[in-house]
Amino acid sequence: MSVTVKIPTQLRAATGGESEVQVEGTNVGEALDAVFAAYGDLKERITQDGTLRRFVNVYVSGEDIRFQQGLETAINEGDEVTILPAVAGG
Amino acid sequence: MSVESLKCKECKAEYELGATYFCERCFGPLEIGYDHSDLDAAAAKRRIQAGSRGIWRYADFLPFTGRPADPLEPGLTPLLKADRLAERLGVAAEIWIKNDAANPTHSFKDRVVAVAIAKAQELGFTTVACASTGNLANAVAAHAAAAGLDSYVFVPANLEEQKLLATGVYGTNLVGVRGNYDDVNRLCTQLAETHPWAFVNVNLRPYYAEGSKTLAFETVEQLGWKLPDRVVSPIASGSLFTKLGRGFQEWIDLGLVEGGQPTFNGAQATGCSPVATAFAEGWDVCKPQKPDTIAKSLAIGDPADGPYAVEHARKTGGGIDAVTDQEIREAIKLLAETTGIFTETAGGVTIGVLRKLAERGKLAAGERVVAYITGEGLKTLDATRDTFSMHEIDPSLDSFDAEFAQEVSV
Repeated sequence: MSVTVKIPTQLRAATGGESEVQVEGTNVGEALDAVFAAYGDLKERITQDGTLRRFVNVYVSGEDIRFQQGLETAINEGDEVTILPAVAGG
Repeated sequence: MSVESLKCKECKAEYELGATYFCERCFGPLEIGYDHSDLDAAAAKRRIQAGSRGIWRYADFLPFTGRPADPLEPGLTPLLKADRLAERLGVAAEIWIKNDAANPTHSFKDRVVAVAIAKAQELGFTTVACASTGNLANAVAAHAAAAGLDSYVFVPANLEEQKLLATGVYGTNLVGVRGNYDDVNRLCTQLAETHPWAFVNVNLRPYYAEGSKTLAFETVEQLGWKLPDRVVSPIASGSLFTKLGRGFQEWIDLGLVEGGQPTFNGAQATGCSPVATAFAEGWDVCKPQKPDTIAKSLAIGDPADGPYAVEHARKTGGGIDAVTDQEIREAIKLLAETTGIFTETAGGVTIGVLRKLAERGKLAAGERVVAYITGEGLKTLDATRDTFSMHEIDPSLDSFDAEFAQEVSV
């Protein structure tokens, strides 16, 4: 599946300024691994010990993956995977 | 005093002061770092006591170099000793109610918004915005109007009518989002990336959150420069709860008050209790929830400061409890009947948890407990519907006598 991964503004230095990245994958974890393969610096910022850092939220087409199967959440052709900081609101 | 930098609460990385709120290295939240090394406690106390009748009397501990213009200055709300409430709860503890509904837009949000909007102006923004469960919407719309700024206020579209009306009246751009608060918050996080606006609780959140410390400062000052033994506070994002802790700690560390952190008890609604659940399960992260509760102002299913709230409750030997919608309604009535204070559903959550603590025997004789009432009952009128009945009579003495024959003797 080809999906679009949206990168938050503050991390775009690590993607050479790109705001979104097109990658292949069947689930969120695979899509993120494909992003990390292209932009190695992002991995450490977003993950720790193989899991998402506790203040990182990931959404597939607007739905928080923690309400689905986490990194195992399946993705479909054309889905948008959005990475956002979890420290807003309230 | 000087405001030094923004500091990551997780990895301690430092950033320059600006409209930014999370760490680029680890996504942790940013907090204001102060340098208080030249602060003289006695002089600071004198400045406070000679200061304005509101939150800016604590300007030494807020991220500004002086008192900003703030036409609606909130703060210095009443702290009342609630002996009849203590009696009804059957405890010999001293119960105090901090009635923060007595603010310009009738909730504690006036404190955080006053700080955020002053900072937005200092940073040169002309438009302010927020993601709100209602009280923040009222406050942002009002303070923006007072400051002459444009505003965009995003709320879940199904909010209580009272909160929508009390927002729209200020001439803001009121945006009802078809979704829950967490959807609104995600949308605003995305909008903050693409719009040159000061979202008070997104890109200005490190400053905004500092406003909640003033509730701790006032409590200490109003108790005669003493710390409470225990506090009971509602938890939505967990920001108020953790900043109360930080406010007490700053004054302890700087010698403005003696003693240690109070025991912290957090209050959530059962229908949205991710922080209470994390506390009960011993987790250091919160599992998000889809909220379903009448306490809409606390209905944040993915609380940003949840992990820190859990940590602070544990560290102080406190806890985080949840109460049902029915318990919330009963607690609103209990507070009203014993103190004359009519609170919104969030206050019902707080008093509901206070009652639970009393029932469990947690409130010791002589212990000084402060419960934080963060919003006004007129904003959530539906919660009191059908909790009492009205006597309807004809305009005649006979009709009155017939209705009250059993109860009134001459």
